[in-house]
Amino acid sequence: MRNFVIWVALAIALIVLPNLVSFSQQEVLVFLTINILVVASYRLLTLTGEWSLGHVVIMGVGAYASALVTKELGLWVPLGIIVGGLASALIALALSVPLFRMKGFYFLIGSFAAGEIIRLLWKRFRDPFGGAKGIKGIDPMPDFSIGIYQFDFFEPVSYFYFSAVVVALCLWILWRIEKSPVGLTFHAVHWQDKLAQASGVNLRRYRTMAFVIASGFAGIAGALLAHYIGTINPNSFDVEVMVFVLTWAIVGGTGTFYGPILGCVVLTILNEIVLRELGLEQTRPLIYGLILILSILFMPNGLESIVQKVTRRKDAK
Amino acid sequence: MTPLLEVQNLTMRFGGLTAVDRLNFKVEKGNIHGLIGPNGAGKTTTFNMVSGFYKPSQGRVLLNGQDISGLPMHEVANRGVVRTFQHSTLFGELSVLDNALIGTHMTFRPNLLKAILGLDSSARRDALDRARTSLEFFGLADVEHEMAGDLSHGHQRALGMAVAYASRPDLILLDEPFTGMNPEETRRMMGLMRRLCAEGTTILLVEHDMQAIMGLCDNITCMSFGKFLAEGSPAEIRNHPDVIEAYLGGARHVA
Repeated sequence: MRNFVIWVALAIALIVLPNLVSFSQQEVLVFLTINILVVASYRLLTLTGEWSLGHVVIMGVGAYASALVTKELGLWVPLGIIVGGLASALIALALSVPLFRMKGFYFLIGSFAAGEIIRLLWKRFRDPFGGAKGIKGIDPMPDFSIGIYQFDFFEPVSYFYFSAVVVALCLWILWRIEKSPVGLTFHAVHWQDKLAQASGVNLRRYRTMAFVIASGFAGIAGALLAHYIGTINPNSFDVEVMVFVLTWAIVGGTGTFYGPILGCVVLTILNEIVLRELGLEQTRPLIYGLILILSILFMPNGLESIVQKVTRRKDAK
Repeated sequence: MTPLLEVQNLTMRFGGLTAVDRLNFKVEKGNIHGLIGPNGAGKTTTFNMVSGFYKPSQGRVLLNGQDISGLPMHEVANRGVVRTFQHSTLFGELSVLDNALIGTHMTFRPNLLKAILGLDSSARRDALDRARTSLEFFGLADVEHEMAGDLSHGHQRALGMAVAYASRPDLILLDEPFTGMNPEETRRMMGLMRRLCAEGTTILLVEHDMQAIMGLCDNITCMSFGKFLAEGSPAEIRNHPDVIEAYLGGARHVA
């Protein structure tokens, strides 16, 4: 009952929130929503102990796929978003063949190389990927009405509502996976792969499964982004963006489901409100780097460790 | 009758070193079989080949007459051969209960779609029951919520066996299960192993604790420097001149 009240309150807060902020901040809210899905899906992969540097490029695969099937084949945009997710999952499945011959640091570097290859393919082939200029004029979500609310997708508020529902659904699925025996097996693969294997766990299969699922949801996030901004190019998914994703995940902490999400929200607020107010947004990489170093030094378990400390103290009372 | 496990001409070479050299032995169903030998005799290497951790350079491992040599460890496990590790190899960051739950992986295969839709609740309940039974068997029921890494050494060893037992294997391979246990703990663990055996699990164990080995095993294979040395009942092994020489050193080792 208490949980139900919390969820309803959160839903109401999310409905009211965009109406309280400025137009540019409404746009930030849309990006934040999409980025939350990116970090949350990234965490699923990190459950198995593997860190990828190709996650953002895989997200781009979803964006390109969805943009192309809607623009060239005239597919309905919501279906295109699902196709985007599937495309990313399929690419991840193909990449897993060479990449999961490695683990740890080697996987990290391998995933970076694989991502760069995909990005170079986008740049190299003007047909159909549009070369370095990318794809422009991607179909927006078609407007629709649900009776009490008219979705007008030129308004960021509408797109925020739409993406929030999609992302919430995806997060729910990710949460269910993590809390299931499958999620427990991911943990087992991470902490003691030899013992997991001796218990009959096919390590490769589970690493691949985590990679494919994480990539699928990243693809959905990419597709959501593509249909919002209407133009994508290879540089929208370069390693700089990947560094932001890593920073969100590390600063937030990857020990809990909410850690990376917390990192993403806090750093976005910091960036968009504090830095922008101070006129320092050009120094974002500098400040992110500083925050990353400081949090690794002084808060190795991330922001989530602070939350845990606070809630534990409350429990103790 | 085909033995449960048969090792034929099993050989492992690491570069120029032959760690195990043409080893042959059989483990009969329902037995507790010991594998002993001085340090460096190649016992653990043999274990690693049987469990699929190493691929033998030569020779075969037969399970119920079927060749399982060179299969990856999870495939061997799926055929009913589960191992424990030397030292306390556990999921230290997970709770005791979760450790045991991972042991049930083979019986209650996680299903992604069912897990998302919540259709696997009966399988989850059964897995939980199985895990709890396993913990109870090894006397760990009252610590199920503790982190495995925080347990005492004796408890950790017991948990390692509980994880293996949770999959109800036909053959369980125990790599030095009594290391670091005091006599009281060893005695309790021996009792548990006898009970395991009485329930139909065949046990193959590598151990240095001679008292435990002699008191527990139906049959013992002794190796030295990678080679087969002797086989027989505990009484036979105890009085076997070659075994005595390997452990205590014969005339040619004294100098």
